[in-house]
Amino acid sequence: MNTWLLSILIFSPLLGVLVLIFTPSHDERSIKWIGILGTLFPLGTAIVTLSAFNMSGGGLQLTERFQWVSYEVFQSKGEVSYPILYEVGVNGLSMVLILLTAVVSVLAAIASFSIKQNWKSYFILFFLLEMGMLGVFAAQNLFLFFIFFEITLIPMFFLIGRWGYLEKEKAAYSFLIYNGVGSAILLIAFVAMFMKTGTMNFEQLAYTFALPQSELNQMLITKNFKMGMLIALLVAFAVKLPVAPLHSWMVRVHVQAPPPVVMIHSGILLKIGAYGLIVFGAGLFPDQFRSLAFIVGLFGVINLLYGAFLAITQTDVKRVLAYSSVSHMGIVLIGLAAVNEAGMTGAVFQVVSHGLISALLFFLVGVLYERAGSSELRTFGGVAKRMPIFAGVMLAGGLASLGLPGMSGFISEFMAFLGLFEEMPILAAVGTLGLILTAVYVLRAVLSITFGAEKELPNAYDLSPTERIPAFALLAAILFIGIYPAWLSDMLRPTLDAILLGLGG
Amino acid sequence: MDLDTLLSFEWGVMAPEFIILGVATLLSIIDLFMKRESSRKPLAWMAGAGVLAALVSIFLQLDHEVTSILYDTYRLDSFSKAFKILLLLGTLLVLVLASNYKKEDLEENRGEFYYLLLAALLGAMMMASSADLITLFVGLELLSLASYIMAGLERKNKRSNESAFKYVVSGGIATAITLFGMSYVFGLTGETNLFKIAENMGEVELLKHGFLLVFAFIITFAGLTFKIAAAPLHMWAPDVYEGAPVPVTAFLSVVSKIAGFVIMLRFIIITFIAAAGIDGDPLLLQVQPYIMALAAATMIIGNVTALRQRNIKRMFAYSSIAQAGYILVPFVSNSSLLFELIWFYLLAYLFMNIGAFTVIQLLTSQERSNDVSVFRGLYRRSPWLAVPMTFFLLSLAGIPVTAGFIGKFGIFMGALGLQPAHYWLAAVMMATTLVSYVYYFNIIAIMFFRDEEEAKVSVPPGMAAVLAFCTASILILGVMPDLALDFFYGNFDVNEFFMRIEDEVHTHTH
Repeated sequence: MNTWLLSILIFSPLLGVLVLIFTPSHDERSIKWIGILGTLFPLGTAIVTLSAFNMSGGGLQLTERFQWVSYEVFQSKGEVSYPILYEVGVNGLSMVLILLTAVVSVLAAIASFSIKQNWKSYFILFFLLEMGMLGVFAAQNLFLFFIFFEITLIPMFFLIGRWGYLEKEKAAYSFLIYNGVGSAILLIAFVAMFMKTGTMNFEQLAYTFALPQSELNQMLITKNFKMGMLIALLVAFAVKLPVAPLHSWMVRVHVQAPPPVVMIHSGILLKIGAYGLIVFGAGLFPDQFRSLAFIVGLFGVINLLYGAFLAITQTDVKRVLAYSSVSHMGIVLIGLAAVNEAGMTGAVFQVVSHGLISALLFFLVGVLYERAGSSELRTFGGVAKRMPIFAGVMLAGGLASLGLPGMSGFISEFMAFLGLFEEMPILAAVGTLGLILTAVYVLRAVLSITFGAEKELPNAYDLSPTERIPAFALLAAILFIGIYPAWLSDMLRPTLDAILLGLGG
Repeated sequence: MDLDTLLSFEWGVMAPEFIILGVATLLSIIDLFMKRESSRKPLAWMAGAGVLAALVSIFLQLDHEVTSILYDTYRLDSFSKAFKILLLLGTLLVLVLASNYKKEDLEENRGEFYYLLLAALLGAMMMASSADLITLFVGLELLSLASYIMAGLERKNKRSNESAFKYVVSGGIATAITLFGMSYVFGLTGETNLFKIAENMGEVELLKHGFLLVFAFIITFAGLTFKIAAAPLHMWAPDVYEGAPVPVTAFLSVVSKIAGFVIMLRFIIITFIAAAGIDGDPLLLQVQPYIMALAAATMIIGNVTALRQRNIKRMFAYSSIAQAGYILVPFVSNSSLLFELIWFYLLAYLFMNIGAFTVIQLLTSQERSNDVSVFRGLYRRSPWLAVPMTFFLLSLAGIPVTAGFIGKFGIFMGALGLQPAHYWLAAVMMATTLVSYVYYFNIIAIMFFRDEEEAKVSVPPGMAAVLAFCTASILILGVMPDLALDFFYGNFDVNEFFMRIEDEVHTHTH
């Protein structure tokens, strides 16, 4: 296959940007169509990439690399060059996340009908955001990863701050600053690793750090250095995930940002945190990660319980879902902390599954807000009567979220806990309380909206045909993974095996 | 020195300086014969042509070998060429700003701005090319004196007068401090030639006076921080930047700052590289904590104080203080990347700061206000101003895909690359960068999130060209930094900086 495939994929959203720049801004109809078509093109390329991807093959595929930035460094030990390359490639894990990105982006673009103004700049930023996300998952070195990571920040800042709700600017700022802290720590860690090892490539870094300590001593890489790097990386991605004390920005973003942007944010951007934890945390420093596993697990359980507990007390559906995201990201940590196959698989499944479920639920909340102009729980009741399809999809989404067997949420929670029970049974037992709390808040929110006494709702019409596309597509994907998880796990297995091999599990 | 000796020098290597000198003299004469009320725009064009010609002559010199005339008071080496390109490029862009500068209450046509600007540029270029304390100092003074007058060019504007006065007074103090430090260096080594000073530094006699040398270093360095507007002598910048006309502010914040770094590199690196400090340990290692503290203080003061500013010119003054702090970081780590890191960052800084000042000039002169609210709803009013400004701000904040990010990344590499790695300094730099997000993105938020129906901003073609050029440069260098790095490595050899030319080469042959 064409080796340029991945680069075409990453930069494919730019085509939409180009077309939009030359479209007059008053031509709203064309802009909306370009907005949707512009995300279909990356999806098409992603599917081509998937067909070129060898499912059973391990390691990196479709790699591209060439020289990019070169500083010539002369040191006392002779000339040492620190080449920075452009390196992209995919393995099973990143392939899955790229697909998720492409799919959720299309659906979020369709869901963007709720945006009321400035379509042109909205979609330009939307495409840039998609490019950043695709790049993050395809990047194979620290430099490139960081650049795409930061590229996602700027469009998000604008999308929240310009198209969000009442307190949009505050939300945009808190998004920027919290994530800025994360990337600041990330950058220091990345540069420090680069200067010690002379490489930025993930595989080479993993190889270097796995060398015996006697060889590492020559490169001045101590155990403390490795531990320090791991902690820096964990903290940086903990902001992104987010982990409990660092989550306030994320709740604010989920409440204030426009629904399609929240779909992207909760569906994919949070997953960058999980991806980073897996690739950099467990992938680069397996020994150190193992020794910190209990702390990771502890934070996972805290996230799970704390998020669930707060979700129960909320009166606004958006807040319920935001805290539910905090809670569900705890399961990712729980799976990672198990450091065994079941746990890892559970964590990755949770990433994908929560990406789909939260995109679906936030989409539905966006629809509700569109109809009622509010997302307070008490405004709604008995919606099922006037909007049966909507209520059905919402109930299904809720059930998936609380982990009903047959849906994607079940597999991931089951696997993650299975993994943790093997390693830390007590912690896992405490964690299972969270599953009960999840059932409580999901059912409380969903049922009080769909059933009960019918309340006055001015525009209570059911899902329109355009609204049905994202709703049904996401639901179908959730069910597909729930019923046939092997499709996903086959794709992930070689990657996870490689990471587990490093972890010695 | 007799006539033969004088003629034996290879004067051709000074072509860029001669061009600037000639054009400046010519302009001052033409200005005298021009009618009082006629426009001085032609002078701007001539000055621009002169700078351009000087720039071309430097490019023609690129392959020229290291040459020294007038006993090392004038050197043509890679260092001088690399940094003169920056100085000339910056001045060229400032000239475009100046020729489009309109102020309602400025009824006179001021021609002297242009030849003062060229005189200042000449001083800066001499600093880049000199390896002697005397000529370095003369260059510094030429730059300073011309700048003082330029800051006070708006005679009827109280602010401008105040700014010029403050600049003169604090500049005088800084000069005194610098000279005081240099006098120690001269006293200890008995030489004014930098290479001879460096040679004498190694003498055993001096080992006893390590303390004095360290003292000399500290004093001179502190005095030189004035020009780059870094701690401890940064306090003039906000007042002067605020009061001076925008093109002058742009000049001070870019060209004058580059010149400050040039003299720092020349003086400090050549003379002190092998010097021994207290107890005979390497001096540059001993003063590392001092430079580190200054760099950290500059970054913190600049970024934190900028948060509170409502006046856009003051905000950019503090921003430029902070930027100077970032560029001081390579001095601490003093790695072999020193020159290219500083060169690249200054190149990026030139484009982003002059670009930003172009937008500031357009807005402040149209709205007759320096408040940050002049940016209100700019995206709605003039998207073609708002989008470039956003890129300039992103670059100043060090966000990827801009040249500012590559520059900062390089500085990080330098700071973390050597043993011991300067984690604390890197952390301070990163933390203050984060603080800078707040005020840079505040401008972005004002431009994009606050809608206001106000008049469009008219952009003269010259200014539009500067904006386009700066934006394109920032993005191209951000995506393909190798364009600049390859140019640097291909044409400039850092080792020439330390290469001493034997005097005999230039003594006359009868």
